[in-house]
Amino acid sequence: MITKTLLRALDGKALWVLAALLLIAIAVPASNLALPSGHPLRVPDHFVPLLGKYLTYAMLALALDLVWGFCGILSLGHGAFFALGGYAMGMYLMRQIGDRGVYAHPILPDFMVFLNWKELPWFWYGFDMFWFSAVMVVVAPGLLAFVFGWFAFRSRVTGVYLSIITQAMTYALMLAFFRNDMGFGGNNGLTDFKDILGAPIQAGTTRAALFAASAVALGLCFLVCSAIVNSKLGKVLVAVRDAESRTRFLGYRVERYKLFAFTASAMMAGLAGALYVPQVGIINPGEFAPANSIEIVIWTAVGGRGTLVGPIIGAVLVNAGKSWFTGLFPEFWLFALGGLFVAVTLFLPRGIVGTLADAWHAMKARHRPASLEEGSPRPPKGSARMDPSPAE
Amino acid sequence: MSDRQTLLYLDGVSVSFDGFKAINNLSLIVGHRELQAIIGPNGAGKTTMMDIITGKTRPDEGEVFFEGAIDLTRLDETAIAELGIGRKFQKPTVFESHTVWDNLALALKKPRGVFSTWFYHPSQEDVARLDEILDIIRLRPRRDALAANLSHGQKQWLEIGMLLAQDPKLLLVDEPVAGMTDAETVETAKLLKEIARTRSVVVVEHDMSFVRDLAARVTVLAEGSVLAQGSLDHVSADPRVIESYLGR
Repeated sequence: MITKTLLRALDGKALWVLAALLLIAIAVPASNLALPSGHPLRVPDHFVPLLGKYLTYAMLALALDLVWGFCGILSLGHGAFFALGGYAMGMYLMRQIGDRGVYAHPILPDFMVFLNWKELPWFWYGFDMFWFSAVMVVVAPGLLAFVFGWFAFRSRVTGVYLSIITQAMTYALMLAFFRNDMGFGGNNGLTDFKDILGAPIQAGTTRAALFAASAVALGLCFLVCSAIVNSKLGKVLVAVRDAESRTRFLGYRVERYKLFAFTASAMMAGLAGALYVPQVGIINPGEFAPANSIEIVIWTAVGGRGTLVGPIIGAVLVNAGKSWFTGLFPEFWLFALGGLFVAVTLFLPRGIVGTLADAWHAMKARHRPASLEEGSPRPPKGSARMDPSPAE
Repeated sequence: MSDRQTLLYLDGVSVSFDGFKAINNLSLIVGHRELQAIIGPNGAGKTTMMDIITGKTRPDEGEVFFEGAIDLTRLDETAIAELGIGRKFQKPTVFESHTVWDNLALALKKPRGVFSTWFYHPSQEDVARLDEILDIIRLRPRRDALAANLSHGQKQWLEIGMLLAQDPKLLLVDEPVAGMTDAETVETAKLLKEIARTRSVVVVEHDMSFVRDLAARVTVLAEGSVLAQGSLDHVSADPRVIESYLGR
């Protein structure tokens, strides 16, 4: 049954996306490592972690799209799950520093020595092991989302109220992580990483491997999301989005479906954060800032919510735009971002991918013999549309 | 109370909203395989009554029992739907961004858990049953159309089809023929009578010729309680009914 569900996830479109991701997972590192420096086709060194960062943002946007685009939960706090995954990875990287820190303490990270701490707090135990940290990368955000969602969805908090409390959640976490006595490095966060899995974190090969890992992880998340939205489960999620109370009267436990989507999404966001941190070299409480979470919403809206490809394209395009724009006119970026959001809402309400899919279906409908379909004004929605064929 | 003939039993139910008594000491019995029509002027409490039965509204007092022993006032919408009470809303509510087929497939009686829906694959019987329902509601040619693109009458029928797919013991049908042509109305009456051969159906309706077509026991509600019961001819001869409803 599970293999059948996976096979259904691998429809034509998903295969193309996976193939493209696999291709860049190989091509970018290969071009960076194999071609001589100065070669026109070589991806420059500083570009590898930058592109890798975009891929982790794409994962984050994809995770948000699963709850927002498909289940109608507008989370304005998804940055919190991303940051928690990032902190879990950051804690592992801190413990890998060992006695190479400024204070050369064999166990305690520098900031703890600086704060006169005598021993490691209990919640830092286990983070010297990669496998434990890798588990916490998804478990910590997943647990937070589960507990938060359990209460919110059971009390039927929906719409703008839910958005506000998700925003409050990330804001509260930001304030908490800013405090030095929380034990997460206060406002400096965690940085000065040296090794990951024994490999020096600054080395070209490590960066290439991290890039490839990000592309593969994005592919895996895409596959999971595709398996969800192309199943009956995905149809129930869309039903919840469009007519929640009707779904309830059909006998579905709406809160459980929301909880599932929210938790799964938070775990993907955590994984994205964990891949983000070694590539940018720092994690600090600024990642919890509400504005970050709102940016994720913009990426998703620009790319096209309710489609799986949309958020990936949106995240990469907006962030590429951000890198380029902040280089030229740094003080105007936020205005440009705001303007972009307004423009997309007004002129491309279904985002780039949604609009292209509409145009494509409209064109196909025009070329179809008129006898087959009469009066079907609204074309099916991009990849959000479920395959209605029951013949399997 | 736990009469074998009784499927649904309401006794002394009252509910008020901000001091306004929407339902006032209402008692009602629906038997097995009974077709019952409920009529009444606007504000008589017809929709509120359905809200109470389906768990959307909790009564302030009174008893609501299903199949003799199940207290519906303690259950929520989902649990009540699982018990086998299906509801069609006054305003047709179908899932507009799903196809007709998917709407029916979502309603089909199957395990409702998250993981069982994730790994669900329609069996041959499921497909056959859905095809059968498509024929009953005459939407087979529109099978792959989005529900948003259906006409109002077609949406009503799709929603009735979803009720059938749910395979409930009791169907609560709120104004099924609103927005339908005369021919469609006649067909709907036939369909509901057919359905009532195997399960209980409660129909709330304003359209008198439709209620006559149903040839069912009629309950007249007014100001939140039962005013009269009996055949349509019997209740329309009742002077109180004429005063409160038909005479207007």
